[in-house]
Amino acid sequence: MDTILRLENITKVFPGVKALDNVSFDLRRGEIHALMGENGAGKSTFIKVITGVHKPEEGKMFLDGEEVSFDSTRDSYSAGIACIYQHSTAYPDLSITENIFLGHEIVRPKTRALNWRAMHKSAAELLDRLGVSLDTNTTMGELSVAQQQIVEIAKALSSDARIIIMDEPTAALTKQESEDLYGYTERLRDDGVSIIFISHRFEDMYRLGDRVTVLRDAQYIGTWDINEISNKDMIIAMVGREITNLFPKRSVSIGEPALEVKNLCKIGVFQDVSFSVRKGEIVSLTGLVGAGRSEVAEAIFGISPADSGQIIVDGKSVKVHNPTEAGNAGIGLLPEDRQKQALILDWEISKNIGLGNLTKFTEHFFYDVKKENEDAQTLAERLAIKASSIFDKASSLSGGNQQKVVIAKVLTTDLKVIILDEPTKGVDVGAKAAIYEIMGDLSEQGYGILLISSEMPEVLGMSDRIVVMKSGRVTAEFDKDTATQEAILEAAILNTANVS
Amino acid sequence: MLMLFTANTGVKKKKKRSYREFGMLLILVVLCIIFAVLNHRFVSAENLLDMFRNTAILGILSVGMMVVILTGGIDLSVGAVVALTGMISAMLVRDHPGIPVVVALLVAMLVGAVCGMINGLLVAKGRIIPIIATLGMMNAYRGLTFIISDSAWVSAHEMPTGYKALATGGIGPMSNLVIICVVVMAVFYYFLTYTKSGRSIYAIGSNAEVVHITGIRKDRILILAYTILGLLAGLAGMLWVSKFASAQPDTATGYEMNVIAACVLGGVSIAGGSGKMQGLILGVLLLGIMENALPLVHVSPFWQSFIRGMIILIAIIVNVLIKRRSTAQILKRREI
Repeated sequence: MDTILRLENITKVFPGVKALDNVSFDLRRGEIHALMGENGAGKSTFIKVITGVHKPEEGKMFLDGEEVSFDSTRDSYSAGIACIYQHSTAYPDLSITENIFLGHEIVRPKTRALNWRAMHKSAAELLDRLGVSLDTNTTMGELSVAQQQIVEIAKALSSDARIIIMDEPTAALTKQESEDLYGYTERLRDDGVSIIFISHRFEDMYRLGDRVTVLRDAQYIGTWDINEISNKDMIIAMVGREITNLFPKRSVSIGEPALEVKNLCKIGVFQDVSFSVRKGEIVSLTGLVGAGRSEVAEAIFGISPADSGQIIVDGKSVKVHNPTEAGNAGIGLLPEDRQKQALILDWEISKNIGLGNLTKFTEHFFYDVKKENEDAQTLAERLAIKASSIFDKASSLSGGNQQKVVIAKVLTTDLKVIILDEPTKGVDVGAKAAIYEIMGDLSEQGYGILLISSEMPEVLGMSDRIVVMKSGRVTAEFDKDTATQEAILEAAILNTANVS
Repeated sequence: MLMLFTANTGVKKKKKRSYREFGMLLILVVLCIIFAVLNHRFVSAENLLDMFRNTAILGILSVGMMVVILTGGIDLSVGAVVALTGMISAMLVRDHPGIPVVVALLVAMLVGAVCGMINGLLVAKGRIIPIIATLGMMNAYRGLTFIISDSAWVSAHEMPTGYKALATGGIGPMSNLVIICVVVMAVFYYFLTYTKSGRSIYAIGSNAEVVHITGIRKDRILILAYTILGLLAGLAGMLWVSKFASAQPDTATGYEMNVIAACVLGGVSIAGGSGKMQGLILGVLLLGIMENALPLVHVSPFWQSFIRGMIILIAIIVNVLIKRRSTAQILKRREI
């Protein structure tokens, strides 16, 4: 088999981080190539380099033996590379045919009028080639996630794609739907299409892959034939790093439970989730993306409440239907997406901090701006927020400092438990260390901290205990002394407790 | 991004000055000079007081509309609420001439507040987008006015003198209307700047999701905003009838557009989250001046509406250009 796509020594740097470090890769004609790695290993960046979203600083890319360089997805698309994302990028109100032919419609030669009959016919043929029959007039929104993916594949075929990249295609599918998808994918391969397949599921990889490439911490680890590598070796390839001591984990005296969660359920999302966080303790809730940890956090904080189960704060059972009630109960949240969920970017630092607890700064009906400024100043100094003054706009700060502003905002309220959802996402190394320091301070002050993180070193370095989730269930709990990367990843990937 | 770490030292602790209102002020001054040159009577104290008196009701309504627009909403039903509340208060004093004027005023405001609250509930709890919800209620309130009045007017001779004196009277040379308008503006300046609810209103318009996740009861704030506008529309409705000494079911038809125009001219962003009382006052004055000055400089009535439209457009364009310049300068300063 000959090589259709080859990447050599690709390096991509984002401000403060190397997202890809000297990565090489080759894809053969008519093969299914699995791309594996932990969250944040660089898989997504790698795909974006191939499709032209990102331009690498170093390295070369060859398509059919010729060096190419893409400036946009438009370029890569016309070169025959299509990408299908986990979440459909289709237009839900347009029909299947309209979605497939958007941008390259079939027109009548003289009048330039759209030739709907030809397009419907061609769409039906494409779907037929994949072995499904759908009414091509159906709008995309009426289809299931699995059906939408098939239409996206058909769309890729309609533009003569030779390489199809699938990003976590089975993440939102049921077992049967995944099985169907495997079928279509194999059919494509047999037609000579080359496929890059990203997945967290070992099942997918073993069932489909011809070869597998592993990335870890932005680096290329290796490529194997699928029957050449065992489960254990694969896990070692994915996590076999040295843990550096970036983590100032302090020994703090641990007290009574601050937060207890008992049998929390939300149908179709998570089941029977129980754990506790004691005062002064840092507990990690971990698992792969899509395991349900963020959903559990959102349920505890009342953003999308659980169906059943019990939440106990400081020994008292509380009902949490919305974030207001969570705040009153003493639960605080540092949301994952600080720019969309936590900060008003157009506002000054001081006003953003004050928003965390407007009641605190209100006396006799009047809002005390002076007190707000004083408190904001104190918090800004305590957390060492770098800005020219507390009247700088939040939009002018770096990611790490924005995150500190959000922490300050959360701290204006009287809390027992703080949930930190990906607190170091998108911040540079220096700011990360500062945020770890702050976490240490907070645990010393007796807050219970629930840390949700995709970064294994962070989880291992900062936690007193680690709760691992897979497919909506808790599959393991480790003490900081017994936890290893391998054991955690095994519980997150292999444990076959299935939820359906 | 990285430069922010180095910009840490040696910067004065000073709030950035706002140039937002500067453009509108400039336009206002230029227009006043032009009108004054064309007709000296424009700057007479008598004319200015008259102009303020005629603009007061627009001012009151614009304050309420600003509160709603700040949340990212809009209310098309204000004109209809003005008519409904005006009609109810006029019918009340017609049928019970002995009633104190204050009671009629309170009834009008209460009815207005209820109308506004219904709008707010539709938007906040019913999750209907504001323009649709209030478009529907606009027709409902207008229809209600026709029904209760039986499509008949309440005319001047049916109203007690005390009722009419509310708008025609005043303290010294200052009309009651102007005084009420100034009080409303002052109260809501403080409300928006120095209360928890005021803060929340700006926050919702800037980013509703942040407000929700922060644990602020968003729905209550939205309902409050629409209720405030309804309350002020009730006040304006009674003042309107008192001023023109006539309550008609088609009063203030289409007036919501003038109110929205005043907000936009005053720099209130239709997207929500930004706008100040200072700017709003300028916007209201600009509309008031044109209403007053165009007849005074003998522009034909046929041309008045057209010229008004052009001036509004030019004002908005100039304002936007000046704003862009000043933002660019702020960015430049940051780079140094």
